[in-house]
Amino acid sequence: MSAVTAGARRASTSGGRTPPRRIPPSRPAQRPGARLRRWKNDLGGWAFVAPASLLVLGLSIFPAGWALLLSTQKWDGFSEPVAVGGKNFAKLATDDKFWDAVVHTGIYTALFVPASVLAGLFLAVALNRRIRFIGVYRTAIFVPFVASAAATGILSTYLFNPEFGLVNNVLRTIGLPAQGWLEDRNQAMVVIAIMALWGSAAFTTVIYLAALQDVPMELLEAARLDGANRWQAFWRVVWPQLAPVTVFTTIWQTIQAIQLFDLVLTTTKGGPLDSTQTIVYYLWHEAFVELNFGYGSAVAWVLFGITLIITVGVVLYGRRSGQEAF
Amino acid sequence: MAITTSTRSVLDVAGASPRIDSARTLDADAAAAGGRVASGAGRRKRRRPSAWHLFLIPVSLLFLIPFLQMFLASVSPEKELVSFPPPFIPSHLDFGGYAGLFAESNVLTWLLNTVIVSTVGIASHLVLCSLAGYGFARLKFRGRQLGIFMILGTIMIPTQLLMIPTYILFSQLGLVNTLGAAIVPWLSSAFGIFLMRQFFLSLPAELEESGMLDGANRWQVFTRIILPLAKPALATLAIFTLLGSWNDLIWPLIAINDPHAFTLQLGLQNFQGTRRTQWSLLMAGNVVATLPLIVFFLFAQKQFVQTMTLSGLKG
Repeated sequence: MSAVTAGARRASTSGGRTPPRRIPPSRPAQRPGARLRRWKNDLGGWAFVAPASLLVLGLSIFPAGWALLLSTQKWDGFSEPVAVGGKNFAKLATDDKFWDAVVHTGIYTALFVPASVLAGLFLAVALNRRIRFIGVYRTAIFVPFVASAAATGILSTYLFNPEFGLVNNVLRTIGLPAQGWLEDRNQAMVVIAIMALWGSAAFTTVIYLAALQDVPMELLEAARLDGANRWQAFWRVVWPQLAPVTVFTTIWQTIQAIQLFDLVLTTTKGGPLDSTQTIVYYLWHEAFVELNFGYGSAVAWVLFGITLIITVGVVLYGRRSGQEAF
Repeated sequence: MAITTSTRSVLDVAGASPRIDSARTLDADAAAAGGRVASGAGRRKRRRPSAWHLFLIPVSLLFLIPFLQMFLASVSPEKELVSFPPPFIPSHLDFGGYAGLFAESNVLTWLLNTVIVSTVGIASHLVLCSLAGYGFARLKFRGRQLGIFMILGTIMIPTQLLMIPTYILFSQLGLVNTLGAAIVPWLSSAFGIFLMRQFFLSLPAELEESGMLDGANRWQVFTRIILPLAKPALATLAIFTLLGSWNDLIWPLIAINDPHAFTLQLGLQNFQGTRRTQWSLLMAGNVVATLPLIVFFLFAQKQFVQTMTLSGLKG
């Protein structure tokens, strides 16, 4: 559950902007009972926030620290854990299967992220108008968002089934050769990306749609008056206005993409020939099938590191080029 | 579980202003046409259908076809699904898939389990996150800033980092292989706390002050004055929790091995492993798992879109 939030950042900056602390001057004037009242007030505050906060912190900060400890151990969950220092990370550096997983995840990210950002942009532009049936179109495009990974996975194994699947059926009908899809090591990842796109295009579309409606109409009208055609007006006027949203959706979809797991589990289980083995799939397999909790935790920390680097990198790049997305 | 907010302010959206508003469009044609109507002595000309339909109809179909295939396959005779080539539309309705699903799997148990997980999760989210959000937004007490800061910090941590220690922790607590394992992670969330905090920050403080003047205490102000105003934010929070807990797969997969405690998604995934080619059964299972959310979506599309904008919850 990683996340980068604009609201969150806003909250943190406002959190940091506390008024200069008023130090009570030696407090002789304090009446008896004031301290007690203060304690009661603190207690009252914590009574409101403690249940949710303890659950959230107890299920995140504490396990995250524990994962760091685990990553320096060799442990199968039953016998005594053995401290191995940095050996898990050293082993990871030369683990071919892990690097293959990194490459596969990279391929998926390269397929999915640009496709989902562009799809979101185009769909948002198409849906951002007042024409008949627009509500129907929006519903059709948004509704796959509620489909679970399990359902999507099972559905894709049928849709892309080489023999009975609808996709190959259509290909045959229009005279193209049928493909192996999920059973072909060069195509499996493409199919997963397509189905992921089906389920999540709604997200980028909604984000762009909201952003498009914030573009001042006057800008567009001015551009049209200056003789720009619609194409020019879009790319020269609207697109630059959307830059922060583009940075945001790119980071967000990238984080989602490098955490790909569910769809792999419900379609190919990492196959064929490990071609869809992703980082998280490898992590899951190492930790919960092979029971290498220490090694799995090391993979998890590397994943976290990659996420942080990408996020910080894109944000810094965005800042430097004058676009602030967060 | 994933959390985002778009670049817009959370307050805006949680305030349930209709963000996706078809009345404000960038369609220059529409704007021009509008101008013409205004200047053209009220003469109403029937506009010809927009060319965008030519793009939107096929695209919408493309997005709907997987669902159509799912529904049609679930009511197809098994034989037709593996005939060559299989017809898209079945020759007759056949509920053998559903009959097989209910007879050969514990799908009703799974469904009940998922309903329990989601219901408890939503109820707990609504109560705990609105309490904490209100406390962090409005109450002044020592340790508040530290609390906010730490909860914010957790938002960056990916679930995958937490799975292994949480699994070990839950197994020591005896939660593994029980439905409790699936429920506990959905009791509260950093996203929920922040969503509610941002919403409460957006409410004018005078509301509370007037309540306090009338002699109400903090608790009464919160339950009688503030919470009734928070319905839009609470709806967003409920849908966020519903989507996340209903569709969660990786965590139940890790924490639950006992078929009696399977959630719907986990049961379905497991069922798929044993019935690789019984498509009508599998598709019937898919329909059972997806239809409730589709129906919810159709009834509360606006709130779903709101939630989507705020939380990029998927996968």
